[in-house]
Amino acid sequence: MREVTLGIGGAAGDGLDKTGDTFAKTASRLGLYLYAYNSYQSIIRGGHIWLRVRMGEEKVYSHGDHLNLLIALNQDTLERHAREVEPGGAVLFNSDKLTLDSSLFESQVLPVPMPVRELLKPLGKTLPVMQNTVSLGAAIFLLGLDFEMMAEVLADTFQHKGQEVVNQNIQVAKAGYNYAKEKFVPLGYEWNFSRTRRPFITGNEAMALGAVAAGCKFYSAYPMTPASTILHWMVAHADRCGIVVKQCEDEIAVANMAVGAGLAGVRSMCATSGGGFALMTEAIGQAGMIEAPVVFITVQRGGPSTGIPTKTEQADLNQALGASQGDFPRIIMAPADVTEAYYTAAEALNLADKYQLPVIILSDLLLSEHPETIERDALKPDLVIDRGQLVTEWPEGNGTYKRYAFTESGVSPRALPGTKNTVYVSPTDDHDEEGILISDEYTSPPVRRKVQEKRMKKLEGALKELPPPQIEGPEDTDVTLVGWGSCRGVIREAAEMLRSEGIATNQLHFKYLLPFHVKEALEILNGCRKTIGVEVNYTGQFAKHLRSETGFSLDDMVLKYDGEPFEPAFIVNRVKEIVGGEPLSLEVTREEAQEIAYHYIRTHLGNSVRPASIEVGNGVPAEEPTWCIELVSRKGGEKTGDLFVGQRTGSTYAWKPVSTVSRD
Amino acid sequence: MEMTISLPISTYESIIDPDWCPGCGDFGVLRGVKMAAGKLGIKPEELFTVSGIGCSSNLPGYIHAYGVHSLHGRAVAVASGIKFANQDMNVVITGGDGDGYGIGLGHFVHAMRRNLDLTYIVMNNQIYGLTTGQASPTTMKEVRTKSTPRGNVEMPLNPIALAIVSGATYVSRAFSGEPRHMADVIAGGIAHKGFALVDVFSPCVTYNKINTYPWFKKRVYKLEDDPDYDATDHRGALNRAYEWGDRIPLGLFYREEQPTYEESEPALKEGPLVHQKLGLEKDLFDDLMEEFV
Ligand SMILES: Cc1ncc(C[n+]2csc(CCOP(=O)(O)OP(=O)(O)O)c2C)c(N)n1
Ligand code: SF4
Ligand SMILES: [Mg+2]
Repeated sequence: MREVTLGIGGAAGDGLDKTGDTFAKTASRLGLYLYAYNSYQSIIRGGHIWLRVRMGEEKVYSHGDHLNLLIALNQDTLERHAREVEPGGAVLFNSDKLTLDSSLFESQVLPVPMPVRELLKPLGKTLPVMQNTVSLGAAIFLLGLDFEMMAEVLADTFQHKGQEVVNQNIQVAKAGYNYAKEKFVPLGYEWNFSRTRRPFITGNEAMALGAVAAGCKFYSAYPMTPASTILHWMVAHADRCGIVVKQCEDEIAVANMAVGAGLAGVRSMCATSGGGFALMTEAIGQAGMIEAPVVFITVQRGGPSTGIPTKTEQADLNQALGASQGDFPRIIMAPADVTEAYYTAAEALNLADKYQLPVIILSDLLLSEHPETIERDALKPDLVIDRGQLVTEWPEGNGTYKRYAFTESGVSPRALPGTKNTVYVSPTDDHDEEGILISDEYTSPPVRRKVQEKRMKKLEGALKELPPPQIEGPEDTDVTLVGWGSCRGVIREAAEMLRSEGIATNQLHFKYLLPFHVKEALEILNGCRKTIGVEVNYTGQFAKHLRSETGFSLDDMVLKYDGEPFEPAFIVNRVKEIVGGEPLSLEVTREEAQEIAYHYIRTHLGNSVRPASIEVGNGVPAEEPTWCIELVSRKGGEKTGDLFVGQRTGSTYAWKPVSTVSRD
Repeated sequence: MEMTISLPISTYESIIDPDWCPGCGDFGVLRGVKMAAGKLGIKPEELFTVSGIGCSSNLPGYIHAYGVHSLHGRAVAVASGIKFANQDMNVVITGGDGDGYGIGLGHFVHAMRRNLDLTYIVMNNQIYGLTTGQASPTTMKEVRTKSTPRGNVEMPLNPIALAIVSGATYVSRAFSGEPRHMADVIAGGIAHKGFALVDVFSPCVTYNKINTYPWFKKRVYKLEDDPDYDATDHRGALNRAYEWGDRIPLGLFYREEQPTYEESEPALKEGPLVHQKLGLEKDLFDDLMEEFV
């Protein structure tokens, strides 16, 4: 398959988002499939933002492992990423501002300096962000994409600012395109453009759209990355879609309002991330107790505590499983990709209504914020809306309506408040069939037993209708990779790579985490030769959950908790080590040593230096082997000193400026 | 104009008898709520009582109307969700001082800013009754409770002043020992379009031996009896809110006509959310999808 990966790096405030968007829309409208991942920081201006857009003629399932064309918007990006560009690729940068030292890139990589000032001079007054548009124009040429399509995208983007702005942007892009055409040859990509226009959409957008399409009428939230874009989409479309969107004073209010709305009879949903979810937990138990249908989305980010707010992780499964005191029925599911996010939102609303309980959707930053191309008809508007057993009439002679009637299925047919002759109270104290408290004057043990069984029994019905896990890929392999949630795509690619390297591998993916398909999972797992869990967390939360549900222990784990999502090669390498019997090494790699040096430079040395060569260190008092990172001046390239980083602990032991470095 | 046909208070008779201590002020409040609803002709299926947790918060169980006995401190948030879902319901929140002015204070203040059409009755006994007598946010200074054996050192919160400065559009106080007056104040709050606070002195006969019926009887007077009092004067109301000691005012402190939150919410123009059609028309859906292309 023909594919290419573009990287754009710069600081927050450099206009990188828009640039990436324009590029992505252009490629997408040409009929290519894209998957983009933006690694950003918790900062509004400055910092390092690193966007990768992978695209191919067929569907791509992750942002991949490659880098073919780099657009560097600042010096930092050149230093950090130019070396990652693969042979045959190119590095584009504004040569008025940035310098690309030959030590920074591989020999078969083409440096493409853009004299932006000179190119823009004939175009009159332009904005600083237009340097990005110049580079985009050049990128379109180098990658063999269609300039006319980009012009169309620019026109759509700037239409609201008037024709003049549209024209100027197109001219700026064209200047970059023409310059590249004059000075360079394209990188040799020959594309078959189907020109099928497909949606390019994030998990959060898909989930919001899915919920509204399935009848969500009330959405409450308190801003928190990476859930906020659900709020933004909801607000932007609330009037047209007829939904009430409420930003509340805190997540406690968010959850309790959603419970109130759900109880009163509308489809209600709220979303947050781990910290906010912690505040919601008491209300989740409340929804369980009063049997209010509500969907709670928690979009995981790196924890614990405030954690790494703009980074991804899958470490809140325990939190979802343990949210709120007591035993109560809850459904927990984790969609795998953008399309599934859409349908999962709808499914969650149906399940919440049918079984009258809280449904928790566990998403994560990667799924929620990365956009990807999906098929045009992947998201269908005519979703099934199943509100479960509703009592719409209760004639006067019918006797007392029992809101919490004990039934075989545990589901009590529900009259929405306002239905004549059905007046009832929903208490968070435990209660009998009529909603009357059972623990005020005398706690009746059998009533308590039966009401608890009634509530919990609902999960048996739910489990029957949830599709069981299945093996993806070939049957009967040497290795089975076991994952959940957003890892499905990258595991699929890793499995494929492993197979091409001679290690027969398939995948067992879990979307439904509670209730759990114990029997079906065991049947599959018992037939596997080597099972390896793949999760973005430290403790293997899903593997432990699997063990507690089934008694089955996975043979080994591939874990990642550095904030960045998996890339296929990371999984492949570790699986090969596991298969070869190699123990896991937690030592600081050379690449990591460079990043640790960058962190030290930023926090202690200002930005005048950069890391250069990295050797095994000696001569510092450390109780472990070290990396010695030579730092050189960004301007002149002369050495400014050595930094020593522990290979085992990652501790920064010593910074020795040149004056004190012994030269022997 | 629609005629209001008042209903007898037996309309709201619940099959459950209150389990409050004999003499508890909350009995009077329960009666007051029923009288007010009856006076306004609100049918049981049009009334939604929402409480938190506490002795006072047991009230929804004792009145024949829809109810949620929600979490400690969260009644206002739950009630807001109910109101958004079904604005046709008369949503009346009934809770305690610990519930509303302690653990739930944040929701209380923000609900007032929001001016949803809710009525909030706080049975203020200046104590935590259900948890057997600890200090509450309205316990007076120097009062000894289980948790303040040397006397309370914290300033009591002034709910009336707080409500006036937080944007509540109906701010009132009643006394459980004056049931008729209380029923009028509550009815006024329910009839008022916007957020109404009714702070009620509802003595805890078991754990508060200071702020007793006789203590209040000696001090309370009605603002309505003061011909010079103007309940639309914001500053004047705030001044009066500070009156405490030998004379303590009851009645309507402040009232203001403001659009409710519901009225400014476009999605609610079509009527209650709960009766609206679900899902998206194909054309709208296609338009939304086009934004992603
Ligand atoms: C989160 C939480 N914390 C504490 C409690 C225990 N609790 C129940 S009622 C209450 C105080 C009640 O005081 P108030 O609201 O004044 O009601 P009263 O009993 O005085 O009417 C407390 C602390 C609880 N139920 N939930
Ligand atoms: S403890 Fe106090 S507040 Fe609670 S029921 Fe008894 S008298 Fe009323
Ligand atoms: Mg109290």
